[in-house]
Amino acid sequence: MLKQNAPRLTPEQYEQNFADINPPLTRSQALEEGSRCLFCYDAPCIKACPTGIDVPQFIRQIGTGNVTGAAKTILNANILGHSCARVCPTSVLCEGACVLNLEHKRPIDIGKLQRYAVDHVMDTLQLFTPPASNGRKVALIGGGPASLSCATELRRHGYNTTIFDANPDPGGLDTYGIAAYKLRAEDAVREFGLVRRLGVEIRSNVEVDASKLPELEREYDAVFIGIGLGGTDDLQIPGEELEGSCDALTFIRNTKEQSFDKVTVGNRVAVIGGGNTAIDVVTAARRLGAEEIYMIYRRGEAEASAFEYEIELAKKDSITFVWQSVPTRILGRGKVEALECVKTMLGPPDASGRRGPKSIAGSEFRLDVDMVIKALGQKRKTEFLESISGLKLERGCVQVISATMQTANPKYFAGGDCVNGGGEVVDAVAHGKTAASGIHQVLEAAASARRTHA
Amino acid sequence: MPDISIDFCGVRSPNPFWLGSGPPANTAYQAMRAFDAGWGGVVWKTIGDPIINVSSRYGSIDYKSERMIGLNNIELISDRPIETNFLEIAEVKKKYPKQVVVASLMVESKQAAWHEIVRRANDSGADLLELNFGCPHGMSERGMGAAVGQVPEYATMITTWVKEMAQVPVIVKLTPNVTDISFMAAAAKQGGADAVSLINTINSLVGVDLDTMVPRPNVGGYSSHGGYCGPAVKPIALNMVASVAHNPKVGIPISGIGGISNWKDAVEFMLLGSTSVQICTAAMHYGFRIVEDMISGLDGYLASKGMNSAMELVGKSVGKVEDWGNLNLNYKVVAKIDAEKCIGCNLCYIACEDGAHQCITAAPRPVGDLRHGTPAKHVPHVIEEECVGCNLCALVCPVPQCITMEEIDSGRGSMNWRQLQEARGKSPQCSMEELLAKVAKA
Repeated sequence: MLKQNAPRLTPEQYEQNFADINPPLTRSQALEEGSRCLFCYDAPCIKACPTGIDVPQFIRQIGTGNVTGAAKTILNANILGHSCARVCPTSVLCEGACVLNLEHKRPIDIGKLQRYAVDHVMDTLQLFTPPASNGRKVALIGGGPASLSCATELRRHGYNTTIFDANPDPGGLDTYGIAAYKLRAEDAVREFGLVRRLGVEIRSNVEVDASKLPELEREYDAVFIGIGLGGTDDLQIPGEELEGSCDALTFIRNTKEQSFDKVTVGNRVAVIGGGNTAIDVVTAARRLGAEEIYMIYRRGEAEASAFEYEIELAKKDSITFVWQSVPTRILGRGKVEALECVKTMLGPPDASGRRGPKSIAGSEFRLDVDMVIKALGQKRKTEFLESISGLKLERGCVQVISATMQTANPKYFAGGDCVNGGGEVVDAVAHGKTAASGIHQVLEAAASARRTHA
Repeated sequence: MPDISIDFCGVRSPNPFWLGSGPPANTAYQAMRAFDAGWGGVVWKTIGDPIINVSSRYGSIDYKSERMIGLNNIELISDRPIETNFLEIAEVKKKYPKQVVVASLMVESKQAAWHEIVRRANDSGADLLELNFGCPHGMSERGMGAAVGQVPEYATMITTWVKEMAQVPVIVKLTPNVTDISFMAAAAKQGGADAVSLINTINSLVGVDLDTMVPRPNVGGYSSHGGYCGPAVKPIALNMVASVAHNPKVGIPISGIGGISNWKDAVEFMLLGSTSVQICTAAMHYGFRIVEDMISGLDGYLASKGMNSAMELVGKSVGKVEDWGNLNLNYKVVAKIDAEKCIGCNLCYIACEDGAHQCITAAPRPVGDLRHGTPAKHVPHVIEEECVGCNLCALVCPVPQCITMEEIDSGRGSMNWRQLQEARGKSPQCSMEELLAKVAKA
């Protein structure tokens, strides 16, 4: 293993560095902030929330002291309302839609108010009493937000639901992939108690592979695929195998599973990528004590897919942005010693609608680094998905009927990152809800057809 | 510079702002602090046989994050000896000869008792007397305060006794806890009152603690009804002031009281007939320093209206308060929404739809977030032909000047209810006198 090069910090420094970036509101702050809400009718914040949380209603409930009622309003619409309150890009969702923006006023801090409401009840709330079993069973592959949401909704109709998850804890990227200063793993896990109390069975450390599919198909009335995406894409340059070269998901996961002083981090770190994950990595590296951090992206700042507020966060952390540059090779004897890059120029828009980068010959430059972390897109789990008969994929994403999330194989439904190629937690929750009502519709229709024929 | 001083029953006050009779006007120390801050007058906390107060004493209403929009108290009159109060009044008058000190008085309903207290008030050098016929709790159960103010004959009688002895003008302070306050003002006038002040606090029970289920304020597990004041009571007070100012049987100066917090409130009271105004709750909330803006605000307002003296304000709007039956039925306004200013909150739509006359439409808002582009502007639409011109939408709209009520020509000449009834060959709504006459006949 690479010797940790970043200076070690005291436990207090680590805690301070990874302290909640959005500290919770006090009661008095929540009341004051909530009192600014206009209680719009047919409110745009509701329409901008993929899960349709009735935001004005829950803010009003906070205002009347009915905090449990507020939490129920939120969680009935979005069972992961607890983590969404912390990780949603609210500035492009509910808060971006707040009418106060149009009057050049600060929008309501909906995320923080949501957190205030759900924090209060997280560990005790029984969201609803599931009805008696309807005799139908649904298997859900993957324990991330999509499956948790789908299983919860199915419980409302009395389905027996079993989630099969490969990880020790459920939650998927919600548990393992979100920057620690936004959501600690132990907080993410609290959320699953809420789901378990509704009678959702979660089987952890169970990897579902092609060989298990026939059994699932036999035993269950429907199967939901919520497997997310695979590992990080490769850089496809020489030196990737060197010690000190790793991928973003592993790096972030380490900060969630290990104590901060045990996480391997270089002192001079190069992070490749322009998305929100790259930001999570550079900010985590800074908080772990790395002294020199580069974020290298082949296009310019305007084209980077990271949200503006995320880039601002990295700027506050004094990250060195290396725009319009592509790594060409990682140099080192056994371990990473430097990264060689080449400058790019931007051509006409490519398939993604963004300007395509082209390397500029002779513009090579070298960054002396002892760690290289790739934060590119994620691979598709094509191999597993292709093992399901009849499933249709497009660029590795599962094709579904959007109204029901049913796949081309009628037994299978799908949602979350494996369908949209990588979205927000709240998008996955929305998929899960739609899929649950789709499963219910389809199975009800089938049962009714059987009754008619009988 | 406009002159903001006033003449109240021949007494000159540097400005119309008097500290109302209550906790802020309890001692010479407070009165002097108030005068130093700029107050024109102080109405002393009611002097009488010292009482014993309970603890706790106040309860309040908050609205959203706004504290104390309404205040309720179960405190009684001064708990200090009569002698001390009058000595302190004398001391204050000596130091502040140009400011107004009003001695507020309340004793048992006996001629001798009133003669005695008025004699001592005369000696103190107070500029005016104010008879507390209004306190709604504690004192009224002992036959004082509102118990007097609610029976016109008592009010007349006691005022007469006071006038027999008083060497300075006498103000009678009226309780709002009556059916027609102007009737009580007339009764005071009949007893010789030189002025009236109104309103005293309104009977109230401010709330119940939902944890203990004990009403507030909690006095050892029990509560009692109290007197309500503060910003929330202002409209009630304004109406009462206007009705007294309107009553030809009164015709004496008014000192306006009830929820006045700033110069704008004060000007409204003056326009509806008050010569001076009394402020208590706002001073209890923020301290005496609030008078600074009251003075500069009034000064600025007078200048902006080209007025030379605050006295020009007094009663200027009284004539604009009409009986409903005299209002023009053919005057018509309709709501206009400024699409530029509209932020699309839909509050006008839902208020009209559920709470009024279903004259505004709003298209369902499309689902979507900023990741999928900026949503089109969402502006509700007024169906002008249906709009009754009620103002509700403009009142709920959170954006200043976004919804305006614009006059339109109804195409019909002026016509009020009385004229309409006459045109229909029916008698116009009968007056109270006529109604009483009818009842008497039956």
